[in-house]
Amino acid sequence: MTTVTDTPLVVVDDLSVRFPTGTGDGVVRAVSGLSFTLAPGGALAVVGESGSGKSTAAYALLGLHRGTGAEVTGTVRVAGQDVQAADDAALRKLRGGTAAMVFQDPLSSLDPYQAIGDQIAEVHRLHHPGAGRRASRARAVEVLDRVGIPDAARRARSRPHEFSGGMRQRALIAMALACDPRLLVADEPTTALDVTVQAQILGLLRELREETGMGLILVTHDLGVAASSVDELLVMKDGRAVEHGPAREILARPREDYTRELLAAVPRVNVRRETVRTPKGDDSVLLEATGLRREFGRGRKTVTAVDDVSLTIRAGETVGIVGESGSGKTTLGRMLVRLLEPTGGELRYEGREIGGLKDRELRSFRSELQMVFQDPVSSLNPRRSIGESIADPLRAAGRLDDAAIVARVRELLERVGLDPDAYHRYPHEFSGGQRQRVGIARALAPEPKLIVCDEPVSALDVTTQAQVVRLLGELQRELGLAVVFIAHDLAVVRQVSDRLVVMRGGRIVEEGPADTVYERPRHAYTQGLLAAVPRLEPAEATA
Amino acid sequence: MTTELITTQEPEAGAAPASGARQVWRRLRARKSALAAAAVLGLLVLLALGAPLLAALEGQDANSYHDTLVDSARGGVPLGSFGGIGAEHWLGVEPGTGRDLFVRLLFGARVSLLVGVGATLVQVLLGLAVGLAAALGGRAVESALGHLTDVMVAMPLLVFAIALMAVVPADFPRPVLLVVAIGLLNWGGMARLVRAQALGLTKLDFVSAARLTGASRRRVARRELLPSLAAPVITYAAVLLPANIVIEASMSFLGVGVKPPTPSWGQMLSTATTWFRADPMYVLLPALMLFVTTLAFTVLGDGLRTALDPRQASRLGVGRKRRTTRTSGARTRTSGAGGTA
Amino acid sequence: MTGYFLRRALGALAVVLVLSAVVYATFYIAPGDPARLACGPRCNPEQIRQVREQLSLNDPVYVQYWHFLQGIVSGHDYSTGTGVLHCQAPCFGLSYQNDQQVTDLIVQRLPATASLATGAMVVWLLLGTGTGLLSALRRGGLTERVLTWLTLAGTATPVFISGLGLLMLFCAYLEWLPFPTYVPLGDDPEQWAWNMLLPWLALGLLESAKYARLTRSSMLETLAEDHIRTFRAYGATERSLIARHALRGAVAPVVALTAADFGSMFGNAMLTEMMFGLPGIGQLLVNATRTIDLPVVVAVVMVTGTAVVIANIVADLLYAAADRRVVLR
Repeated sequence: MTTVTDTPLVVVDDLSVRFPTGTGDGVVRAVSGLSFTLAPGGALAVVGESGSGKSTAAYALLGLHRGTGAEVTGTVRVAGQDVQAADDAALRKLRGGTAAMVFQDPLSSLDPYQAIGDQIAEVHRLHHPGAGRRASRARAVEVLDRVGIPDAARRARSRPHEFSGGMRQRALIAMALACDPRLLVADEPTTALDVTVQAQILGLLRELREETGMGLILVTHDLGVAASSVDELLVMKDGRAVEHGPAREILARPREDYTRELLAAVPRVNVRRETVRTPKGDDSVLLEATGLRREFGRGRKTVTAVDDVSLTIRAGETVGIVGESGSGKTTLGRMLVRLLEPTGGELRYEGREIGGLKDRELRSFRSELQMVFQDPVSSLNPRRSIGESIADPLRAAGRLDDAAIVARVRELLERVGLDPDAYHRYPHEFSGGQRQRVGIARALAPEPKLIVCDEPVSALDVTTQAQVVRLLGELQRELGLAVVFIAHDLAVVRQVSDRLVVMRGGRIVEEGPADTVYERPRHAYTQGLLAAVPRLEPAEATA
Repeated sequence: MTTELITTQEPEAGAAPASGARQVWRRLRARKSALAAAAVLGLLVLLALGAPLLAALEGQDANSYHDTLVDSARGGVPLGSFGGIGAEHWLGVEPGTGRDLFVRLLFGARVSLLVGVGATLVQVLLGLAVGLAAALGGRAVESALGHLTDVMVAMPLLVFAIALMAVVPADFPRPVLLVVAIGLLNWGGMARLVRAQALGLTKLDFVSAARLTGASRRRVARRELLPSLAAPVITYAAVLLPANIVIEASMSFLGVGVKPPTPSWGQMLSTATTWFRADPMYVLLPALMLFVTTLAFTVLGDGLRTALDPRQASRLGVGRKRRTTRTSGARTRTSGAGGTA
Repeated sequence: MTGYFLRRALGALAVVLVLSAVVYATFYIAPGDPARLACGPRCNPEQIRQVREQLSLNDPVYVQYWHFLQGIVSGHDYSTGTGVLHCQAPCFGLSYQNDQQVTDLIVQRLPATASLATGAMVVWLLLGTGTGLLSALRRGGLTERVLTWLTLAGTATPVFISGLGLLMLFCAYLEWLPFPTYVPLGDDPEQWAWNMLLPWLALGLLESAKYARLTRSSMLETLAEDHIRTFRAYGATERSLIARHALRGAVAPVVALTAADFGSMFGNAMLTEMMFGLPGIGQLLVNATRTIDLPVVVAVVMVTGTAVVIANIVADLLYAAADRRVVLR
């Protein structure tokens, strides 16, 4: 398969992918009329929000829609091979041999029963039937070593669950390298990873590209990730290409409205918050935790999720809590509203110890501590209308009659930007962002003094994310609420926080006024965390 | 197979689907096999309810012997072809006794349905009560009920039910005893299901949200859990019901079920084992009735499960592909969040 | 691992203990006067009094239960008036019918039940998993629809209907097989197999339906997993996907259920035994129930219950061994 260097590696011309809907009549266009090319060794990021068709397009490059019932039209050429016209054998040769795919979730994407080295060796043998078992295994160890797995020869015998998330993603990349492909297609390769690990994986991809000269197509929802990894951007929306061009140019001077909107919505970690809290005079301590602990499990298997955390939350302030997975931030948040009982330490609400109270004893002030949850799907009861869900705390309080409750719910719905007539509709009729607004309305209903928001926007698209964050900020100022904002995304937290708390392994490693911590982090961990955040400006990314 | 599909394909895909009886009905209606099964069962219930009327219409009753209709020289084989089918006896007569088969089969349906439905109700109620209590109660309650459930599941049902028949006084009405025995012995599976489902639900944020409103445990159970439990409980009950009918038939077959002369399909089949060479109709009729009944319940249950939760792959229809999409989509959403322990 | 095993063993012991208490209460205390049952219908009050003495029925209930447990663990001595009859551990007492040791009765019945369960297991593993795999791999085709309906029909057919059908077909009309009579394996293996063929089929067919459904859904679930997609995206053929990556995950629940079912067969094969006149444990129980032979009834319930408990532990261990993702806790 000799190719002249100036023929493009990938040619996509007028690609459309349609999925027949299960109900029988209609079809859904996931991709329509998409065209682009990629030069050998080039790197292109396909960027878009959920529903933009970016992954569907990427799957078409390897002919992965074949046999799924999807209708694919247009042409896709990879290294001169027409993917649509190729027979099954040719397609199998292309997959992994010419173009290799890296999937999003590294744990589920590997066979749980087999050693990682064996899985990579299997891929090698699929494309080198002549190679012996030993040669394939040697190749597996070689690529594992290349992607930075320490002690690769020994670790090749481990099964996926014995690897950490980052190592699994490295192993998947190693599998992709096994047959020296000319094109790497990576579908959200870092979405499931913590920000520091993400930075390492992106760095690895860059290195590999420079070293092997393979082309890269990176599918991502994160403009920051795209900006720091590729030369060319393709922005998609609703299955169509919105804008296509050099990354630097698009990021600096977006031509299309949608791109502009998208860029404006991306939270910046290095930009100060626009509106700063105006102290209202009432700075009394609302909630105070001293030496708070929480263990899970018993005996030898005890895991300490939160370890000796002391924290003060004053009326009307916003405290951001950031940390990577396993840092204990969610556990802490749940203890603050007493959904979880602390196993040690003190928790005082308005001067009263509430850490050990029973459900019944909590009831008198339950409604003053509310929570907004992460998952917009599971946080609303699918079988009750949203109005009923919001009315719940009001009914439980028993102070208002029915008409007053309905009026109050309608008022709340309007306040969070929803149609008041939506009272009788069910959660599945709403989008993720709208459901999160319902969740906020429910938290506001009992007129709380403190709301703990646990990753309230992490499941949302970036434009929706910006809207919800803005709404939270407005409400907080207007109602003088205290807010604890928990998130893994440092940029989002910066947009809302007066004070910042950085957690790691169940402990607080750094705490201080938000701008101080972001601009002059003292702890090495915070510094590493901030350095790992992908920057939108390409100039910064390389710096 | 991608995140995108979720939102483009069906905006509501991520949410729990069956949010109304109407939608369930609409999905159920689309399945012909389930509708046919429901029709068969409806007819069967009508036949069972109208058994005395139909008997009067035929002019026969369940327990009169007709010596003249059987050939005593050949041990009591019914005279006439096909087990004595004719205008007098629509489905022929029982060998040996000459009792009318049509009426006996109808009254047998009464026993089967009564015991099947009754025992299932007992199982559902007990299972719900124990399962919910185990899921919502404290650690002590949970472990006590958990052990109790383990014992119930380990109890060999048929063995124990048969053994029970040995010690219960003979004058206790047998159908009631069967309902109680099967119901009391076989609720372990339902309790486990309810507990597991309820525990899963309590981990969901909407239950946490309900707790934050200050709602009591009982209120949480009633308003937040029960509506979501309906689908799995109904689905499992649809599996239990035909099983209970078979258990009743089995016990009567073994001679430890309903007492003669009350007619029961299992008992008829038991007698039929000695008659199948001479009078095949006597085997075929009760066997067919029992088979059709259990098959209809099974098919209907299968349809109900898919109608109640379309995300569960159907066994008779298509829909596998779409399920794949959703699962991976759900994973995308949660994993994208960088969740914390 | 050892800790897990120990905990499971203790849990199993607790379950069996509770079971024994329930069984004891139900059968020895509830029915009123076991002495009358043990003595037989023609006993006079004096004889009943003697029997009551002999069975220690005048002791408090908990003492009786304690003796019952003691008997199981370390045996029991019965005075027969003239001498002492030692009943070896595990002792479940003496049959009311013929004063034989209940343990012996059960041991005598085990081979028939074990023969039946083993053969039926082979049938359901071959037929059930085979059907399930086939219908999973031929998804959407006519084969799948036919197999699905056959499976549903199989689920809805009680063993005494399929057994009767098989008897009628093979023994009465076609006359290919003898009416089954049990021949012990040790006496004549060939005759043993020929006679067991129909019982195996009857019981195996019923279970096959369940296994077909389980195998099918398990296979489909595995095929929909992400790691299958990975290897598909690296050019693996469908056949090697199934053989190398899907099969193992798909059979894990089948293996586990087989173990659990094998254990419960000791109680559940009863109908088949009665149907074909096999001298197994189920037949023993049904006969004992008819004659209200309490020691036998209690012993059978205990033994079959214990079998289920042990089988469930084996099932969990096998499942964990087959599916390494499962962590035993």
